[in-house]
Amino acid sequence: MNAHLPALQVVLPLLAAPVCVLLRNRRVVGVWATLIAWASLAIAITMLVHTMEHGTISYALGGWESPLGIELRVDVANAFLATIVTGIASIVLPYGPGSATLAIPQDRQYLFYTAFLLCMTGLLGMSVTGDAFNVFVFVEITSLSSYTLIALGKGRRALTAAFSYLVMGTIGGTFILLAIGLCYQMTGTLNMADMALRLQPVMGTRTVLVAFGFFVVGASIKLALFPLHQWMPNAYTHAPSVVSAFLSATATKVSYFVLVRVVFTIFGAAYVFGTVHFEWLLMPLSIAAMFVGSIAAMYQTHIKRLLAYSSMAQIGYMTLGLSMNSVEGLTGGLVHLFNHGLMKGGLFLVVANITFRLNSSKIQDMAGLARKMPWTTLAFAVGGLSLIGVPGTAGFISKWYLVQAALMKGQIWLALLILMSSLLAVGYVWKVIEVMLLKPPTKRVENTTPAPLRMIWPVWVMIGSTVVFGLWTTWTGTVAEVAAETLMGLR
Amino acid sequence: MTATLMMAAFFIPIGVVPLMWAARKMPDLRDGLMVVAGLMTFACVVGMVPAVSDGARPEVLFFQVFDGVPLAFRLEPLGLVYALVASGLWVPTSLYAFGYMRGHGETNQTRFFICFALAIFAALGIAMSANLFTLFTFYEVLTFSTYPLVTHAGNKAAKRAGRIYLGILVTTSVTMLLMAILWTYVIAGTLDFTVGGILAGKVDGPLVPILLGLFAFGAGKAALMPFHRWLPNAMVAPTPVSALLHAVAVVKAGVFTILKVVIYIFGLDLLYTTGGSDILKWVAAATILISSIVALRLDNFKARLAYSTISQLAYIVLGAMLVTPDSVVGASMHIAMHAMGKITLFFVAGACLVSVHKSKVSELNGLGRKMPIMFGAFSIAAFSIIGLPPGGGSWGKWFMALGATSQPSDYPFVFVYMLSSLLAIGYLMPIVARAFFLPEKVGPSTAHHEADAHGDGQHAQADHPETSIEDPSLVPVLPIGETIRETHLLMLGPIVFTAAGCIALFLLAPQLEAFLRPIVGGSQ
Repeated sequence: MNAHLPALQVVLPLLAAPVCVLLRNRRVVGVWATLIAWASLAIAITMLVHTMEHGTISYALGGWESPLGIELRVDVANAFLATIVTGIASIVLPYGPGSATLAIPQDRQYLFYTAFLLCMTGLLGMSVTGDAFNVFVFVEITSLSSYTLIALGKGRRALTAAFSYLVMGTIGGTFILLAIGLCYQMTGTLNMADMALRLQPVMGTRTVLVAFGFFVVGASIKLALFPLHQWMPNAYTHAPSVVSAFLSATATKVSYFVLVRVVFTIFGAAYVFGTVHFEWLLMPLSIAAMFVGSIAAMYQTHIKRLLAYSSMAQIGYMTLGLSMNSVEGLTGGLVHLFNHGLMKGGLFLVVANITFRLNSSKIQDMAGLARKMPWTTLAFAVGGLSLIGVPGTAGFISKWYLVQAALMKGQIWLALLILMSSLLAVGYVWKVIEVMLLKPPTKRVENTTPAPLRMIWPVWVMIGSTVVFGLWTTWTGTVAEVAAETLMGLR
Repeated sequence: MTATLMMAAFFIPIGVVPLMWAARKMPDLRDGLMVVAGLMTFACVVGMVPAVSDGARPEVLFFQVFDGVPLAFRLEPLGLVYALVASGLWVPTSLYAFGYMRGHGETNQTRFFICFALAIFAALGIAMSANLFTLFTFYEVLTFSTYPLVTHAGNKAAKRAGRIYLGILVTTSVTMLLMAILWTYVIAGTLDFTVGGILAGKVDGPLVPILLGLFAFGAGKAALMPFHRWLPNAMVAPTPVSALLHAVAVVKAGVFTILKVVIYIFGLDLLYTTGGSDILKWVAAATILISSIVALRLDNFKARLAYSTISQLAYIVLGAMLVTPDSVVGASMHIAMHAMGKITLFFVAGACLVSVHKSKVSELNGLGRKMPIMFGAFSIAAFSIIGLPPGGGSWGKWFMALGATSQPSDYPFVFVYMLSSLLAIGYLMPIVARAFFLPEKVGPSTAHHEADAHGDGQHAQADHPETSIEDPSLVPVLPIGETIRETHLLMLGPIVFTAAGCIALFLLAPQLEAFLRPIVGGSQ
């Protein structure tokens, strides 16, 4: 049974998506999509437990053995990622599309669920596949469905945001395709493991170097690494909040994982860090992202845009972990992938609640909100503390691993930079909290009421888990460490 | 058994929070719950004293967070003293706060008291932590749970103070304290508080003073100069906050962290032999003297006390940095001594504000004759802060100065301790002298109180409806003599209680010293 799980993981949401169109009814589709997400989560957790105990699961699609056929290959790292994607989806889907921020009428909301499930399919496919071309296919499925999701946002600017993401995303996707093509030309295979093996004799060639370059730039656009992040703030600002919650928590993360795969699985650390010295590029860019993103976030007047810039900074932490080329560093990156998914997803849901009631995402309009929506404000505060990396929250765990990795390499200046950039997070988080807590309420706030319970519990599941995973690290720290060791070939 | 008590003491302050929230519509029940929780917590902490005194070290391990770093609790004498201080002063401060908050007509009282309980919870977590990670976790909980208290007024000044408060405390703790903790972890592979230290033999040369400096400045709550500015600014908070948090829980968390690090992370022997703390001795000495001189010049009552606190905290830091058994035991004793004395002084400052609307030292003339009990208590506490019998503070200072006599190069610090006592006389005694010996000033802001004093005190309130006191039951109505009008009993009671505590600590000092001796182990 377990052997078939990788295929089931992708096929289940893929088949469930068109069913949404057949079902049509808004509520039925909502329940259906939620059930599918929960089933996918069960599959992902089963795979994670299985791989932790027994190691890698390999599945030959259609019975065609690799390297000829398509191989789905799930180790701890892949299963970890699939768990994140399905876990976030399982919380976001019951929340529903948040109709107040959706441009389409209620009777066509099934399209939201269809696009959502397709997006999930793509992300899961990228997570579990062991085939390079397959990665491209799933990148495109994800991208196309996420353009749709972003364009669903209310207001015309959602369309331009989606369009600019489409342009950037297509460039990114094309670069990945070019890279795969070049690698295929040199090796004659598309299976990642096989490709890695056959690349060894031709490592010195310029073609391989160019392929690596295309891979890196393509993936970097998708994961919004500074300075290729332009599409992101607009996309997250104008998309429906729920979509921002899901995409920020998963899409950039999966792209990060693709980059990690490219570095460690296809090209190998010896080539990437030993020959090309990728860290000379990635580390400065990561640090720049941490600082530029945080500083830009401080100057935002819209809360969603603030969170988007914060995402840019947090992605910097992840790529920094990758650039350190050590188990601790990569563990930090992967842990942060999970933790940031939780807190940013949770924060966007908080914002969804606020905009649902206030019909505005301007920070100034949230004055005195602590009095009218105390639980929502508290949720924002906890999520914000996690972004800062206060101990007892998930963000602290990531920070700990990253700083430890820097210190173990003897790079005290790097440790200091990481800590200093986390201070900037205090700046942008507190900017919002001060307004919510200390400013006298505006008229708009005076007339508001707390969000309905249906919208509050998903928020608290996410925000609560940032606290749980801030203290209890068995399933994050330990798993991420095993995943990092697997990726680096130490296991 | 002791471990059970320890967990009870740890969980009661946070356990009462949801109950207080549930009772938010019934202020009396809410406040009553807090007092009951305070008494229970204190009883649990006191219940552990005999066992810990016999050498028991109750331990509770929650779970591993990082490799070799669990979230765990372990109680030893120093932590118990801090826990006793924090939990023991919670009840009097609560009672005082009820009088103050209602008398002052403050809003958002439920939020206020909930954050208060959370702060005590964090302080107990710090006191009982078994390793630096656990300590740091609760250290930050304390920072963020006290932010709403500092900014309680919600006005511009409060917002500014809140920014400075968070800015300095978070910056120091994240860039220096956390850095030092992680560095220690990478070097030593553990963060457990161990008698004799965990760094001995693993660090040497300039790394010792660098690491110690990161710890000492990183514990920004200790207000070592130049990271002291948050403390005077935080005084915009309501007085009960200033009293408990900025004389007891928060600032003591800072010096407690430094003491813990010196004793259980570095170990006295390592610092004594390498001289790693030499620079910090001078930083602490400078802080003592500079802040005392600043305090001399301040007219704002609470600000003067704030600078006095900075100076007294630096006493403790200096005691720790002298790294002799005597000075470290003295510094640990001084945590309790200073807390008891300073909280009394703050209580009096707050009572002056609520009862007679005076916030400046220069306005206190003659008040001592109107409120002899309150200013009598103030005098006793002031003696303790100065370091004179019958105040407990004299013992803490005695042992710290004794520690400074162990090697000739430390002799200047004996002089620093003596000089600072003189300065303390200079900034505290004028308050006593004004209150008791100078005639009351008649000014525009104080005119109607003057009338009260000479007229019929019982009906004075009705004659002055413009007064800002909301609750008529809380006006000062304790006419003992014709001109004597003490402050409200809810405020006067705690003041007398803590002043008596100063004397009690003076008498109990030998027991306290014997109790604390084991923390320095066999150090020479």
